[in-house]
Amino acid sequence: MEIILSIAIGVMTSCGVWLILRPRTYQVIIGLSLLSYAVNLFIFGVGGVKTNVPPILSDDVAISALADPVPQALVLTAIVIGFATTALFLVVLLASRGLTGTDHVDGRSDPK
Amino acid sequence: MIDWSHHLIIAPILLPLMAAALLLFIDERQRVAKAMISLGSTLLLAAVSLVLFRIESGPNGFDGVYLLGNWAAPFGIVLVLDGLSALMLLLTAVLAIAALVYSLARWHAVGAHFHTMFQLLLMGLNGAFLTGDLFNLFVFFEVMLAASYGLLLHGSGPLRVKAGMHYIAVNLAAALLFLIGVSLIYGTAGTLNMADLAARIPQIEPDRRMLMEAGAGVLGIAFLIKAGMWPLCFWLPTAYSAASAPVAGIFAILSKLGIYIILRLTMLLFGDGPSAGFGSSVLLYGGMATLIFGTIGVLASQALGRLAGFSVLVSSGTLLMVLGINDGAISSGALLYLVSSTLTISAFFMLIELVERGQDAGAHVLAVTMEAYGDAEEDEPEEGDGVTMPGTMAILGTCFAACGLLLSGLPPLSGFVAKFAMLSAMMGTGAIGVPPTAAVWVLIILVILSGVAALISMTRAGIRTFWSSIEGTVPRVLVIEIVPVMFLLALTLVLTVRAEPAMQYMDATIRTLSNPTIYIDAVRNTAVVESPDAGIIGDGKGD
Repeated sequence: MEIILSIAIGVMTSCGVWLILRPRTYQVIIGLSLLSYAVNLFIFGVGGVKTNVPPILSDDVAISALADPVPQALVLTAIVIGFATTALFLVVLLASRGLTGTDHVDGRSDPK
Repeated sequence: MIDWSHHLIIAPILLPLMAAALLLFIDERQRVAKAMISLGSTLLLAAVSLVLFRIESGPNGFDGVYLLGNWAAPFGIVLVLDGLSALMLLLTAVLAIAALVYSLARWHAVGAHFHTMFQLLLMGLNGAFLTGDLFNLFVFFEVMLAASYGLLLHGSGPLRVKAGMHYIAVNLAAALLFLIGVSLIYGTAGTLNMADLAARIPQIEPDRRMLMEAGAGVLGIAFLIKAGMWPLCFWLPTAYSAASAPVAGIFAILSKLGIYIILRLTMLLFGDGPSAGFGSSVLLYGGMATLIFGTIGVLASQALGRLAGFSVLVSSGTLLMVLGINDGAISSGALLYLVSSTLTISAFFMLIELVERGQDAGAHVLAVTMEAYGDAEEDEPEEGDGVTMPGTMAILGTCFAACGLLLSGLPPLSGFVAKFAMLSAMMGTGAIGVPPTAAVWVLIILVILSGVAALISMTRAGIRTFWSSIEGTVPRVLVIEIVPVMFLLALTLVLTVRAEPAMQYMDATIRTLSNPTIYIDAVRNTAVVESPDAGIIGDGKGD
């Protein structure tokens, strides 16, 4: 389980880093989205990977049989904020496209 | 213990939030109403900040811990007001008033929702200065960033959209690094409360300590991007010079937010114990590189906007170096420098737009440079109505000269006092009388050289702008635009005259910061309020 999770995070991060270094704005935003997925999984992972255990404290369950609720709360906040900023970035991309007529990150036209 | 003044701690966050929410309901055409609400909220904010500052500089000392939702410290989120955060709150409010009044002449009308975003920016800044919790810091940081994205794009135009796109991309990546750092710290230390974290760091086992330090390093990168440390700063001059004048004026505090958090976290978390001094060499050498890069940039800039942008880097570089040395007396000089340089750069950004008005946009800039940084053509907002300033050129010239004196650190303004305080502390290196090390000598030389470079550039730019313009038309400057600039410059004069109490305050602040147990104990020992029906949570505040 940990292996799969860490491989998934690693693959997504490396794809994301490669993509945000590309010259097209569309690639940059996909890269940023992939990176934010990877980061969200990472936050989720630091609480320890457990399957099928509740994050809620109750009297008849031992502490060791509980998932850590804090990373779950953090990841929710991070997802919401990431969503909002990605949407905002999309608008700026569209504005840039409209003003410069190209989707190059520096507003340059295509090298022919 | 919970009296009205205690609830004031949350007012700097609630006030702008409510004003921003209220502004959203008002139609964009009712400009006067929107401007009045925004101005009223900002003035009230300044009054609150002043009260908090006076409480904090009083004899009572450290009692500004506010438990949000009345949850005890490591479990709930806390707001902490100490000398440093009170100072930053006041500085933010002062800049906000100046920038807002300036924008009322015409800039606030060139796009939608200027006042809403302005208030949200203030909320994010104040929250980040007050919070005592790392994840809460992230949330306020994002609020501030989201508002700053909108403000940077305010006024639109290809140049702003291009600079804005780079700015947003860089800051989104920085936010992801922030999250990685925060989660690594949580994973190893098990807490995100800054005070609790500081108390737990000495107890972390060595194998986990490495991960924790990696997390702190990643977290630091996010703040260093904001502060503009070389090589993470290439976005900064372009973005700041592309922003409209009042926005650039308030953006002068954003890079100081990065400095503030680094100062707070290094003093609190890495003051002593097994991780003492973590990252200080990065700050020292990174600060040197930033200062060199900024100085070269200042010398090389042809457009005034970029000159001001590189001045931000010079200021950041100086502060980062001082943080790297981490010596009490130098740090208190640096705090004075922080206040002085923020006021200066904010005034300078707003002055530039007035000076350049009436000149051909970019006439002095080489065609090659123009091409490299994009077209400066943009839709200028229509001229506002109002009283024109008499003797325009004389006043603009005087303000420009004052900015030059402040940036290069010459007497009689506060730039000199601040640099003098830092340099004299470096020469003597604190009270112990240890002769300065090689690194400190390099630092002294760099600080002086950067002042010389600023003097050369400002003189060159001043001669070109005021004396040698042949067909120069006198710009039409409104009173409402020049008064904020003069207000900020007058404050630097006040800072010179009142240098002694100012330095005493900075000294006391640094003394409190360099003893983290004060902060830790204050947060940990704050008890929840017992009586449940007495209206515990900050109701009735902030409107």
